[in-house]
Amino acid sequence: MKQEQHILYWKQNLKYLLILLSIWFVVSFGFGILLKEELDQFQIMGFKLGFWFAQQGSIYAFVILIFVYMRLMNRLDHKFGYEDPEENN
Amino acid sequence: MSVQVWTYIMVGLTFSIYIGIAIWSKAKSTKEFYVAGGGVSPWANGMATAADWMSAASFISMAGLISFMGYDGSVYLMGWTGGYVLLALLLAPYLRKFGKFTVPDFIGDRYYSKTARIVAVVCTLLVSFTYVSGQMRGVGVVFSRFLQVDITTGVIIGMIIVLFYAVMGGMKGITYTQVAQYCVLIFAFMVPAIFISFQMTGNVIPQLGMGGTLDNGTYLLDALDGLSTELGFHEYTTGSKSMIDVFAISLALMVGTAGLPHVIVRFFTVKRVKDARKSAGIALLLIAILYTTAPAVAVFSRINLINTVSEQPYKEMPSWFSNWEDTGLLKFEDKNQDGVIQYVADAQINELTVDRDIMVLANPEIANLPAWVIALVAAGGLAAALSTAAGLLLVISSAVSHDLIKKVVKPHLTEKEELWYARLASVFAVLVAAYFGINPPGFVAAVVALAFGLAASSFFPAIVLGVFYKKMSKEGAISGMVVGILLMCFYILKFKFGFFDGGLEAVAGLTTEWWFDISPEGFGSVAMLVNFIVAIGVHWIVKKPAPEEIQQLVETIRIPSGVNKPSNH
Repeated sequence: MKQEQHILYWKQNLKYLLILLSIWFVVSFGFGILLKEELDQFQIMGFKLGFWFAQQGSIYAFVILIFVYMRLMNRLDHKFGYEDPEENN
Repeated sequence: MSVQVWTYIMVGLTFSIYIGIAIWSKAKSTKEFYVAGGGVSPWANGMATAADWMSAASFISMAGLISFMGYDGSVYLMGWTGGYVLLALLLAPYLRKFGKFTVPDFIGDRYYSKTARIVAVVCTLLVSFTYVSGQMRGVGVVFSRFLQVDITTGVIIGMIIVLFYAVMGGMKGITYTQVAQYCVLIFAFMVPAIFISFQMTGNVIPQLGMGGTLDNGTYLLDALDGLSTELGFHEYTTGSKSMIDVFAISLALMVGTAGLPHVIVRFFTVKRVKDARKSAGIALLLIAILYTTAPAVAVFSRINLINTVSEQPYKEMPSWFSNWEDTGLLKFEDKNQDGVIQYVADAQINELTVDRDIMVLANPEIANLPAWVIALVAAGGLAAALSTAAGLLLVISSAVSHDLIKKVVKPHLTEKEELWYARLASVFAVLVAAYFGINPPGFVAAVVALAFGLAASSFFPAIVLGVFYKKMSKEGAISGMVVGILLMCFYILKFKFGFFDGGLEAVAGLTTEWWFDISPEGFGSVAMLVNFIVAIGVHWIVKKPAPEEIQQLVETIRIPSGVNKPSNH
């Protein structure tokens, strides 16, 4: 039973990782580098879009990704009872 | 008050804060010395990580580099932030759960092998020493420009300060001084950026000001593209590097960031796995404040520079011009003898050479900001350089005292003796770093590429496989690391030093021979892939999966609950 729980938990974790790392790849390597020229045809405010992703957007996305991961994992830990109490030490 | 007086006040004040914190947080055990007792709050650790990470290079050089490179500078912006996503998702939580002191600790235990540990120690020392010498140089530059002492004296003053709090307080002292240093450096970076953004675009948020308009209604970036092409430079928002190279460099810097021992070890200091995730997020948030401002600063200072100097008479240059000429970092050579500065891309006609490192430091002067802002920037630059240097020194000293002496040479060391070795090792590390700061090797730029490349090609694959592939054997991991490192070293020697083709003069001619068109800076991503392939290949061929108890260990690392305080087993 406990072993099965471990496996379920780990699979869910890997699923989150796959999704979040795909986004990580798309916003930086995708929008900022590979598709840069295509996106540069759009200008929003004073920014060409591809350039904006390379120098601004990707960084904002990175920050959000880590916090989303934190939220998802905290919820998952809670569901499986894998939390450490506040006064663990 | 003059800039000089303000600088003395700012630097004096911040230095006394650092020393005060050091005295308050003296380390009493190896646990406190290596990982601050494992009880640092996520916010404090996030701030410390941010200060640790943002070095003299981020603070002083990066915006300057970007302002000359334009779009190509994105490799630093994405590369040095994207690594935190990898760190938070793939490494930090598991290493915290593992709960020892150092990266070689993990490699050695997970791969049940002393050889693996020693390989990891060698990589750690190599990466950290190359990195730290660059930091000391940054300290020297700031001292020599703003306090009018020579670089050697500057480096020595900096060393004494670091020595004081790193040797006494260990990780505990370093962590809390880094919290203070983060505050100093971010304030020092943001204040001039906000001032200049408001001056140029009327917007107080530099990130938005960068996309704003000038007085005449044209967008800042469009204006800069125009100016750049007019003077013969490439368009600012378009790069000159090939797409594959931009891709490779960004990836190498990201993976290298995630594999740097002085960054990883910060996540050993928090209480729980949950806190490790949270503090990675906080660290990146705090880093992102500077990293999203830097490209704005780059644009502002580029426009300011061009407008101030281009086609202007040399005699009418403001006072900052001659101040920086004195340091040798700004040079004017009147080739056509007309007394007017021609600043263009064509090397035959161009009369002005600007060292990229001075852009951030000179920026407030170029924009005519008040004296206290200029002094603040000096204090910020010092905070950035010192905090990173201290973090690196700790990693070096723990690699020597813990991984080498305690775990390999003298296993029966008592805790008290080990603490003495740790202090001794950090004194030694400081002296070596100071030597390199005063006599910088002529190849600093080359070694920095090497530091990231090495971290990417050695630690990152070994740790990721160690967590996500529980059968991974020591044979596979060790051969992966060794091949990765050697390949990286070979590439740097060949294409950065011209080692096989007759020395440094040959380097420029070799660029056409780059493998897959990838520069040495980006080659870390190739070496990392090779590491993965070799590790998995050897693992399959040898067919000796990790023993049962190691696989059990990996199972427990994957589950966040039940964290123990880091123990000296």
